Parts: sequence; C-alpha cells; structure tokens
Amino acid sequence: MKLHVSTTVNGEPAEFLCSAEQSLLDVLREELHLTGTKEGCATGDCGACSVVLDGRLVCSCLVLAPEVAGRRVETIEGVARGAELHPLQRKFLEHAALQCGICTPGFIVAAKALLERNPDPSEEEARYWLAGNLCRCTGYDKIIRAVLDTASELRGATR
Amino acid sequence: MSERKFRQVGTRPIRHDGLDKVTGRAQFGADFSLPGMLWGKVLRSPHAHARIRSIDVSAALALPGVHAVITGRDFPEVAAESAAGGEGATDFRDLALNVMARDKALYHGHPVAAVAATSVRIAEEACKKIAVDYEVLTPVLSLDQALAKDAPILHERMRASGDEPLPEGPTNLASRREMGRGDVAAGFAAADAVVEREFRTPMVHQGYIEPHAVLARTGEDGRAVVYCCTQGPFMVRAFSAKVLGVATDTIKVVPTEIGGGFGGKTTVYLEPLAILLSRKSGRPVKMVMTREEVFRATGPTSGTHIRVKMGAKRDGTLTAAEAVLVYEAGAFKGSPVGAAMMTVFAPYKLANVRIEGWDVVVNKPKVAAYRAPGAPMAALATETVMDELARKLGQDPIDFRLVNAAHEGVQATYGPKFRAIGFVESLRAAKAHPHYRAPLGANQGRGVACGFWFNAGLSSSANVSINEDGSAVVMSGCPDIGGSRASLALMAAEELGIPVEQVRPVVVDTESIGFNDLTGGSRVTFATGMAVIEAARDVVNQLRARAAKTWEVELDAVAWNEGRAVAVNGAEGKHEPLTLRQLAARAAATGGPISGRASLTARGAGPGFATHLCDVEVDRETGAVKVLRYTAVQDAGRAVHPSYVEGQMQGGVAQGIGWALNEEYVYDARGAMENPGFLDYRVPVASDLPMIDTVIVEVPNPMHPYGVRGVGETPIVPPLAAVANAVERAAGVEIRELPISPPKLLALIEGAR
Amino acid sequence: MARVVFAPGLRRFTGGAESVEIEARDVRELLGALYRRWPELESRLAEGTAIAVDGEVIPNGEALFEPLRPDTEVHFLPQIGGG
Repeated sequence: MKLHVSTTVNGEPAEFLCSAEQSLLDVLREELHLTGTKEGCATGDCGACSVVLDGRLVCSCLVLAPEVAGRRVETIEGVARGAELHPLQRKFLEHAALQCGICTPGFIVAAKALLERNPDPSEEEARYWLAGNLCRCTGYDKIIRAVLDTASELRGATR
Repeated sequence: MSERKFRQVGTRPIRHDGLDKVTGRAQFGADFSLPGMLWGKVLRSPHAHARIRSIDVSAALALPGVHAVITGRDFPEVAAESAAGGEGATDFRDLALNVMARDKALYHGHPVAAVAATSVRIAEEACKKIAVDYEVLTPVLSLDQALAKDAPILHERMRASGDEPLPEGPTNLASRREMGRGDVAAGFAAADAVVEREFRTPMVHQGYIEPHAVLARTGEDGRAVVYCCTQGPFMVRAFSAKVLGVATDTIKVVPTEIGGGFGGKTTVYLEPLAILLSRKSGRPVKMVMTREEVFRATGPTSGTHIRVKMGAKRDGTLTAAEAVLVYEAGAFKGSPVGAAMMTVFAPYKLANVRIEGWDVVVNKPKVAAYRAPGAPMAALATETVMDELARKLGQDPIDFRLVNAAHEGVQATYGPKFRAIGFVESLRAAKAHPHYRAPLGANQGRGVACGFWFNAGLSSSANVSINEDGSAVVMSGCPDIGGSRASLALMAAEELGIPVEQVRPVVVDTESIGFNDLTGGSRVTFATGMAVIEAARDVVNQLRARAAKTWEVELDAVAWNEGRAVAVNGAEGKHEPLTLRQLAARAAATGGPISGRASLTARGAGPGFATHLCDVEVDRETGAVKVLRYTAVQDAGRAVHPSYVEGQMQGGVAQGIGWALNEEYVYDARGAMENPGFLDYRVPVASDLPMIDTVIVEVPNPMHPYGVRGVGETPIVPPLAAVANAVERAAGVEIRELPISPPKLLALIEGAR
Repeated sequence: MARVVFAPGLRRFTGGAESVEIEARDVRELLGALYRRWPELESRLAEGTAIAVDGEVIPNGEALFEPLRPDTEVHFLPQIGGG
C-alpha cells in the first residue's frame, strides 16, 4: 500500500505517493520528476544524490521517502533564483569545473552547504567537506578552485 | 604548419551545455521517461563458470505486473564475425554471448535472463522466480590459473591464434603475438647495466559515476528508438542490430548526455535487452544498472603480468629492450595487449627490441577499453625499469630519457617512422619546471614517468548550418564526454569569423547526421574537429558565392575575412563588405539556405607524449601514501580550449593515481567480486589529491589544419609509474605489484628492514 | 616499389624474409600480390590487423584503396582501440 507524504521541496509544497522502503532519491526523480539529483551508487558513497534536508547536507539515497513528511528539502533545482545563477554555478562554469557534469549537481549542493557554514574555508577544509562527492573526470582541481573563488567573491560582496 | 594567428581557438569560452549541467537540467541516460514505460531488470549468473542446462521462466511470467521475459533462446545465432566495429575489431558472436548467455555462464554477473515489469521491484521479484539449472564448473580466476596445465577451459572450441609456439587443442590462451627487430641478445651483451623486473597489476574499472542506462521504445512496425548514454550512438545501432539480427536502419539511437565513459561505454550491455523486451511487451522499457552491476558485469580493464628487461651503456644509450605482456581478456578473447605491445617502448629509440603479448581468457567480465587501453600497465613496467637503469648509471632520470627519446624521423618500436612529435619538448619542460628542483623532506620521494598514446582518426560527419540571423548550428554525432562541443564550436567560429557565442554545437541522433565512429581514442577534437572545419569552410565558400552573386563579380574576387565577405582581386573598394548576418538574411534570394557538410575518414592523427612528476610522502607506520605534488606536462599539438585540455590531463592523472594506490577488483574463491561499490573500490576523493599542475606544450601536428593532437588518453599512461617511482624513492622499496595499498606497502617496508 | 616490413611473428609465413619490395599502386594490389606469393599470410592478417602506410596507422577496414608511393613503407600492426 502506498503512503501519502506532504513536504516542502525548494520552498514549495509538494506531495507524493510512495512505498515505505522507497528512497527520497527515487521519489525526487520518479514521482516529482526532479531529475537533477542523480543516482551514482545508491549506497551513500558517491554524493551524486546530495540534497539538503532541514538545512543539513544528506545523501538522498540514504533517506527514506516517508521521512521527509513535514520537512524541508532543497535540491539542485532550487539553487538558482529564477534566471539568476548562484555564484557557485557561475564559478563552476568560469573555472571549467565540470566535464561530463553528472557529479556537478551534487557538488554544487554540497559546496553551497559548506559555504553557508564556513564562508572562508581553507583548501584542506574544502577538500575534506567535499570528500563525500566523487568526480571521475576532473581530478577535483578546478572544482576546488571554483569553490574557493566563490567563497572569496561572497566574502567580498558582504563587506 | 603556417603560423596562423587564431582569434578564437585557444580561448576559454563558457561551454554551451554548461548552464544545463550546473542547474541539473541536463538529461543523462536515466533521466528519460515515456508514458506506459516498463522497467527492465537482468537476472545474472551467481556462478563464475557454469553450464546452463535449462531455464524455466514460467513462474516469472505468471507474476502480476510482468510483461515480458527473455533468455538466450530469444536471440538469433550470431556468426563469429570479426569486423571493424567500435574501435578495434569486434567479434559479434562473442558480443552477443556476453549480452546474454546461451550455453554457459562465464563470469559472476553474466546475464542469463531479463524481465520487463511495471516496477523495478516487481521486475526484481520476477527475476528471483526464474529457475536456472546450472552445472557449476571450477572457475579460472587468474592468469596463472588460466594457463596452468589441466586448467578448466572456458571455450571448448577456441584455439590459440597468432605466432608460434602455440598450444594445440582447447586452451585459455586466445592469442600470442610477437613483434620486434634487431638482436636483443647482442644488445644485452653490449650493455653496461641491465635491469629486469616483473609486475602484476589488478583488474580495475573506469569508474564513471553514471551507471549504464537505456530507454527503448519499439513501434508496431518493429522500428526501435533507443535513448542511452553511450560513447557511440552509431556503434549502439550497429551492435544492437547484429545481436538482435535486425537491419541497422530499424534502430534509431539518440545519445543522451553521458556521465563519464573512459572507454567503458564503447560497447553494448543493456541496449539489445531493452529493445527486445520492448518489442515483446509492446511498451517502452527502461533499464538502469545498479552500481554493483556496473562493477560486476560491464567492462573493466585487464589485470596483467608483465616482465620488462632493458639494457643501457654507461653513456646512457639504451642497447636493447624486451617485454612479455600477459593480459586478462575476461570471459571472451580480446584484451588490449596489442596496443600494450605497441606502446611499451614507443617513446624510446631502440634498434634491438623484442615484444611478446598474450591474450588470456578468465572467468571475469569481458574487458572493455579504459583510457589508453593496455598502455598504463606497460608504462608502469618500462618507466620503473628506466628509472632503475638511470639510478644504476648515476644519471638524472630526465636526462637519461632525453638521451633515448624518440623524435621525428625515428623508427618507432612498433614499426613506422614518427612524424613531428613533442616528447623531447615535454621532457625539457618537465626538467625546467620548479617542481623538479623543489626540496624533499624525510620519507618523501619524487618519481618521473613518461607516456605515449597514438590517438585515432576514423570517420566523422558534421554539418554547419547558418540560421536566418547569421548564427550557426554545428551538428555532429560524437557524444561529448570531456567538453569537445566547446572545441568544435571554437573551430567553427574560427573559420566563420563569428563569436563563439553565436555558434551552437549539438550532438544529434543516428538519423540526423552521417556516420560517426564513436567518441574515444582521443579522436573527437581531432577528427570530428577536422570535419567541422571542412564543413565550415564549405559554408564560407557558399557565402563567398552569395556575395559574388550580389556584387556580380567572379568568385575569386571575394575573400572571407573575419566574418565578412570582402571584395579583392581588382574589385577592392568597389563594394561594401557583407557580414555573415547580412548574407544570411538574404540567403533565400541568393540561392537558398546555407549549410555546409563534411564526411571524412581522418588521417594524420598525431601521437601525444607526456612527462609527469609526482612527489609522495610515505607513512612508515601505516603504509599510507600521500600525494604531495603532481605536475603533468603534455604535448597537445594545439590546445583549442585550454581549460578542457587541462581538465583531461588532471582527470587522467587522478585515475592513474587511484590505479596506483588503491583500486583493484578483489575476488573470492568462487569468483564473485567482493568490493563492487565505491566504499571498498576506492577511487580518489577530493581529500586524497593536491592541485594537479598542468603544462601544455604545443608541437603542432602537421597533419591537422590547426595542429591538433588528441589529448584525452595520454594523461593516464604515466601516473602508475610516476607514483611507483616516487614511492620507491620515498620508502626505499621495490614495487612489484599494484595497488600500492597500505597493507602491501607496509609489508614491503617491514620486509626491507 | 613499396617496401613491406614483417614483424618476427609473420616471418614464418614469408620463409623468413624480414621485408620485401612489391610493385603496387594501392594497398589492395599490395595485399593481392602478397597473398599470391604467400597464401598462408591471408588468414593470419585477416583478423585484428591494422596497416601502417608511411607511418599512418590505418584500421583494416579503411586501408584497401590507400595509394602507395614508390618509396612507401608498409607495416602490419595489431588492431588497437582507444577509450
């Protein structure tokens, strides 16, 4: 029997039907058609499914869909504000911090969570925070540069 | 090569598909759905080696929600035909048997049946209800086991082919080949120093983050449309047609964005299954692999056993080199040992060389291409031996290589003479780099290693069409796995003389463009680029003709200059230049829509050489290795979009570091992989690596209009040896096998005390 | 006259000859001449072989009409694939 779940996704009310053991990742992609969040492993090891749940960075493949009832989910689709890209998205493009792009949504969600907690991360702090996001194309160099450059720009903007 | 001043080539525009990728809008293989869609799941052999006596699918078919079940019986017999397909020779019979087993299961995970049902869960339940009667056989799980006397035989009808001596009768040795020249015995006798080393490397996976995915829809007329993430839509069409025994034109393949391939998506696994399930059920069928399935049942690369012996004189000149390369092919013949034979000594001048290559089947997944297939393992052996030779002779490792470096005119060890190449330039740039002189501390070491990859030409088609507003669309059929679309747009913009932002590059399906060989072999920027340049030049000639018509002059009185037609040759100053936009606006009046095309088989792919420097620190208590610093120098010929050339270099380095330090397939005694997930198949994460410095050297390829060389594969060739050499210096041990994981290194350190 | 160079493994089909000069305008004529002289070479070269003509490595399927110059050098190589 399916469960009915009401929640908030990217600031808007959302509801869906799911079975008890379905993951949030599955529901985001199949029921809500938000395919920006990706499945790379379904075991919480690759970070391609990263979303923010009640302000906390999680792997949506490890969250059961019924668990998000009444809570706030933020996905890659909510990072840009309308037509205005988040600085992270701009910097990823400028720094060529993506090649195939499959890990990019997860990285942007995770990096955004980092910068909201720590506006001035060192390279080491950025690398360790993002160690849960796998990329096989870039070797991480340009990704880290993009994140640190974004942090710098955001700090400059708030002065 | 003329010293052309480029206006766009060499710049770093934002890639055209970038916006969709940073917002999550880009659609990858698993992101497509169709109304009425069913989900497909594969039943896989739990045995690494077994005869399939019978399969009973009745209980599965009876399960509510199940719409189709297929087994080997539903596929036609495919002739053992070896044809140019994918990128090397492909045996279509082996391919068909790999896609769906018939009489034998040959690896743990080998597909034996597939189900289409209304949900993934029902499909999985149905798979469990399929009764397969197996006669379990002893698996062969290593090269030694495969070649042992009385080894279990995978293919009773297979006979060893190639160069004698060859065993007679049934064997697991698929082929043995030799190449070489001169007299190695005399060469070694004349040497002042000889080093011989043996190496073992494990089976490893390309590790793309996106699992294989496909959505197939078959119409009532039997024609199928297939959406899939692939490196080659035309390959998917051709291979699926062969496996299913249908005509090529009954299948249309639409390539989605692809989340990594590295060679692992240059063949088919799910596509023929999805097409057949769709045909049988009359509904669209979607199939997505789990990560576990990707590891167990796609195409990792060969585990190897390599022996290399090299000799040199006191003055540093190499006198002889010998290699025996034994490679796992997996369940069916066809490892990249041939390429390994050609690359193993290719960077060096050698008059006396002997190379032997063995292709051996084992009960593991059939290996597929992995970025410079065959070469990284061979380079591990050669470059560690070169390093040891340099040490024995008291020479600097780069100077030693400079003495022996191949250059234009040198006869390559695999036969032909090199044209202009940039190996010496890469060595010199590495030597001059500050990294080479940076001081090292305790338990730290520096490794140098070099690498080479051929790069492919093959066939590409491209269309460049001009829109009414003077912007351009560049259509091609090679999926973009590394940013090639941006480079193709740059090349078209360069020829047309318009800003790259006005050029829209698109990768289209198999019914919208002429034939394209797949993306791989570092060929897209080179070969598809060549087609794009030719198509753009075709457009330019048409634009000149339109201007000539407008001005009522001869064609040779019109030149194309920075995006405008200008009158020349006696007509100077008589006519106002016409921009592309102006000519586009009046296209209908001057002869119709303007579009150019090219279909070509590219020649003149120039090899790419690299020299890498790697600094590591070894923790003598745990055996852990930290990569402190890495510099990659590579000859790109001409870097069309430097950011993506750098990206290819950095990505290849990261994969090579993972291969050297952590990655391996671990098998249990039954032949099941024990670590089919990213937790225990440990690829490098962001905290494992430093920034990866890149130096692009440009020795233009004389055979390409812009001097382009493919760059994608060479970067993975040196890192295995660069890391191994660095660890040897840091820890004072001799590396004989990969990965150099902590327990293994610790054992070496403790053994050396 | 194109010069064809044989890797050690092929020499048992050519009676030990390391190289041979053949008069041919293109690869198809060259192969025809080689196979007439040494028929066993045909099956050996049929599978998984690429041809290098003056340094240009050409996959087997593409090579047939490749023109040969008077001083062209031809080698046979294993067919390789990229990733």
